[in-house]
Amino acid sequence: MSREAVVRREAVVRREAVVSGDAIVSGDAIMSGASDTLSSGTGVSGEAAVSGEAGVSGEAAVSAASDVLIDVRGLCVDYGLGDDAVHAVVDADLELRRGEVLGLAGESGSGKSTLAYAVTRLLRPPGVITAGSARFAGSVNLMSAGLRELRGLRWSEIAVVLQSSMNALNPVLSIGTQFSDVLRAHRPDMSRANRQARSSELLEMVGIPADRLSSYPHELSGGMRQRVMIATALALDPSVVVMDEPTTALDVVTQREILEELMALRDRLGFAVLFISHDLSLLAEIADSIAVMYAGRLVERATAGAIFRAPRHPYSLGLLSSFPALHGPRRAMEGIPGSPPDLRNMPSGCSFHPRCGYAFDRCRTDPPPLLDLEAGTRAAACWLQDGHMTVPAELARPAQAPAAGEPEPTGGRS
Amino acid sequence: MITRRMAFYIATAIVAITINFFIPRLMPGNPALAVLGRVQANESPQAIAALEVQYGVQTKTGLWGQYVQYWSHLLHGNLGISLSAYPESVGSLIRAALPWTVGLVGIATVISFLLGTLLGVAAAWRRGTWLDGLLPTMAFFQAAPYFFVAILAVALFSTKLGWFPPNSGYDTTTLNPGLNWPFISSVLDHAALPAVTIVLASIAGWIIGMRNMMITTMDEDYVLLAQAKGLPSQRVISYAARNALLPSVAGFSLAIGFIVSGALLTEIVFSYPGVGYLLFSAIGSDDYPLLQGIFLIITLAVLLANLAADFVYAFLDPRTRQEA
Amino acid sequence: MRRLLRSPKIVIGLCLSGVFGLLAIIGPLLAPYNPNTSVSTTVSVPQPPSAAHLLGTTQVQQDVLSQLLVGGRSTILVALVAGAAATALAVLFGVAAGYFGSWGDDGLSMLANIFLVLPALPLLIVIFGFLGKGANPNDVVIGVIIAITGWAFGARQLRAQTLSMRSRDFVDSARIIGEKSWRIMTFEILPNLIPVVATSFLFTVIYGVGTYTALSFLGVISTSHWSWGTMLYWAQSAQAAQQVHLEWWWFVPPGLAVGLFGTGLALLNFGIDEFVNPRLRGGTGSVSGRRARRAGLPRRAQLGLTPVLSGSIKKAS
Repeated sequence: MSREAVVRREAVVRREAVVSGDAIVSGDAIMSGASDTLSSGTGVSGEAAVSGEAGVSGEAAVSAASDVLIDVRGLCVDYGLGDDAVHAVVDADLELRRGEVLGLAGESGSGKSTLAYAVTRLLRPPGVITAGSARFAGSVNLMSAGLRELRGLRWSEIAVVLQSSMNALNPVLSIGTQFSDVLRAHRPDMSRANRQARSSELLEMVGIPADRLSSYPHELSGGMRQRVMIATALALDPSVVVMDEPTTALDVVTQREILEELMALRDRLGFAVLFISHDLSLLAEIADSIAVMYAGRLVERATAGAIFRAPRHPYSLGLLSSFPALHGPRRAMEGIPGSPPDLRNMPSGCSFHPRCGYAFDRCRTDPPPLLDLEAGTRAAACWLQDGHMTVPAELARPAQAPAAGEPEPTGGRS
Repeated sequence: MITRRMAFYIATAIVAITINFFIPRLMPGNPALAVLGRVQANESPQAIAALEVQYGVQTKTGLWGQYVQYWSHLLHGNLGISLSAYPESVGSLIRAALPWTVGLVGIATVISFLLGTLLGVAAAWRRGTWLDGLLPTMAFFQAAPYFFVAILAVALFSTKLGWFPPNSGYDTTTLNPGLNWPFISSVLDHAALPAVTIVLASIAGWIIGMRNMMITTMDEDYVLLAQAKGLPSQRVISYAARNALLPSVAGFSLAIGFIVSGALLTEIVFSYPGVGYLLFSAIGSDDYPLLQGIFLIITLAVLLANLAADFVYAFLDPRTRQEA
Repeated sequence: MRRLLRSPKIVIGLCLSGVFGLLAIIGPLLAPYNPNTSVSTTVSVPQPPSAAHLLGTTQVQQDVLSQLLVGGRSTILVALVAGAAATALAVLFGVAAGYFGSWGDDGLSMLANIFLVLPALPLLIVIFGFLGKGANPNDVVIGVIIAITGWAFGARQLRAQTLSMRSRDFVDSARIIGEKSWRIMTFEILPNLIPVVATSFLFTVIYGVGTYTALSFLGVISTSHWSWGTMLYWAQSAQAAQQVHLEWWWFVPPGLAVGLFGTGLALLNFGIDEFVNPRLRGGTGSVSGRRARRAGLPRRAQLGLTPVLSGSIKKAS
């Protein structure tokens, strides 16, 4: 894993320490994190999970339902039709709540981008949605909505930040034009002066001087372009922003800057984020909850701290084990043996079993559904977790942070 | 970038002029001599002397001297004297014919480009409709020679249907050139079929080119973003089209050479009093000075059209404005 | 290979081109008459098609069909020679320019651009005009001269492709091993350029047909040298299209022949284009239209509206 990932892992722990007020004394002490406060602001559900109060979770469900912005059930997306169709997403369930940062993690080809674009009906041909539903704010059925209805939603409620800003910004139009076209389309009563003012305001919000409105995309640096993308996304104050690997194409320094700005903006404006990334360590730092995808299926879903500290699916465990710790005893690096499956030629049963160190007979024949764990606060698609099997220690760590003084788990098999 | 292109065009012009200078001297059996032999009996000594200079026959100046002289003639606008329309100068003949050709080709090309690009956008946006079936027909018209399309046009619209006159630039029997409506309407009437021919024969290229480019452009991220922004369809199409247009404009430079050649041939079928018809008669009467003069003027016109296209391209694509 | 044949464009294109190719070889042998002979000296009006003359006669009572068949060989031969010669030049200049770069590239590019901009037909008219109508050059020579004006387009395309390939690993490794430049260009780079070379060849053949026909039509090339263009020259001189009794059998066959031959080649070109770039194929993206319709999807894909399989919007829990 990259050095950046290692540093991030440190940052996660340190952040928790700062938030909970624990003094940072020594290297080991840093490892002792605080309670899972990363999910602060998302409502009761996160804390309820940590405190283990069953009663509270019911309450959480009721209050949470009203601010579920995007609700996806059983979504299946194929590329192509008939026998040659590639099943890119199979039976995906997702919930994005108001103001929440949901990380969608997975390798290339895991279906994370496909899922996100399919939900907003922006998937390019030959993508086809073959089953499932997706609702916005409980009322708009995104699957049956017509183009006009979708257009009303687009950008004013759901905005998108694409991966490559160089390709996403129209090369022949000035930045100003690319701001004002959204304003013109969705706020037709806005006067020219107001549009100009709003555009300048947006640019300044991301730290770019307003005189750059007349520049063209090729005149800006990569970092600036990505900032412009983010500013454009916030133009109409949306409630959801889908970010497709927004910092992958940038150098690490710029990455850090942009992420910090992004989180600051989010704190200020309160929009929800669906953050797609292959970098689990990054997600662990900024997301409230994380959904891990493998070969088109969701394999684990939990709060960021829970996944980071106590993964329940062997794949998540494997991903986390790939980062070395900056502190603690030296141990051999482990990756995940093998490579992701060809989506046209999926293994039988659980799609991960050929690479899984814990696979047994049932894994080879039955694909595991996403099983609810710990009173419905998290889920994992693994037969080990079905209640009948003895779960290995690495997959059964407590979700709470250890008390001060105890070492932070460093991942991998002990 | 424009300055670089201009330098290139000037270089091309120099090459064209040099080729023009050398060709008569390179051909087996000096044709100029043959021509002079034919002409000698009828022409004045001055005319013969001028021709001798033009073709480097019996002069004492060396090759380089003749080249310089040639250049000096050109820069003074002296393209020589026509052999078939003696003593008219080549320049005056071309000057009389040029406006007809420029008018015809100019208007027809603009119509063809605009209509072709629009149809191309439509064909790409509405794939799988009848527009797709239009393509093979268009391909046929593009493969068929201009003058054949012209002949067909004459046969159908003029001879059979009698909608349009079969030849000439205007009704020479009754009218005189002037800024009066009968004359102008006659001109338009006579220009209709030649223009239709040029449009039919050249439009396929624009349609197909624009369609293919649109299809590729619609896959670009910025088009997806425009959709994600919830912009109206018209806007999204115009964003895609504006980018897809660039190769067509760039390809315009290539196309203009073909279109001009095709237009020349069309004029012949219609006996349209433009440069093409002049060329045809020059060939028929072995009028070498006229032939060469026309070649030069056509080349210069094509270069100018290219320069104009370059300006338009720079205007449309801000990325090119950077490289000075 | 089989997939290539599945495209209707390629099949039709191949058939058309094949028919004409065959014609070029055996055409003159099938001609019932000598195209130059006048069957009768008393009649001075072109005769419509009859049993004796399947395509009628010209004004001087020459058999049109024979002219078409004999002229066909000349036209197609010139076009093929022009195509081959121009493509050979394009490969030579284009690949060399792309591979060697710097001065050589600058010079060759300049040369190519000049030839690209120079209007071809007027230039050829001047060349052939000065060659003289008396001189009756054979088809190969005509083809080569036409090729001089037609190589530049292909050269530019090949240069662009070579440039992008030059920086690839397999070329680098060949160079490190010490392979000679010409070997690298011929055996490493060239095989990857075959589709571009093929389309360039087809394009230039179309160009050759058009140009040769135009030159013959103008009368710049000896009018006693039979070709489709020459037929049109004579037809136009006799104002065949302006006659009240349209003498269509005189001018339609040669024009149609040129058009169909060109269309056949163009279709082949489209087919190759679509094969190389699957996006250009018709239908809902790269899903065949028929299949899409069967599944209940709209035949034309709308951007920004991912299709949802009808009957699937039920599983909302």
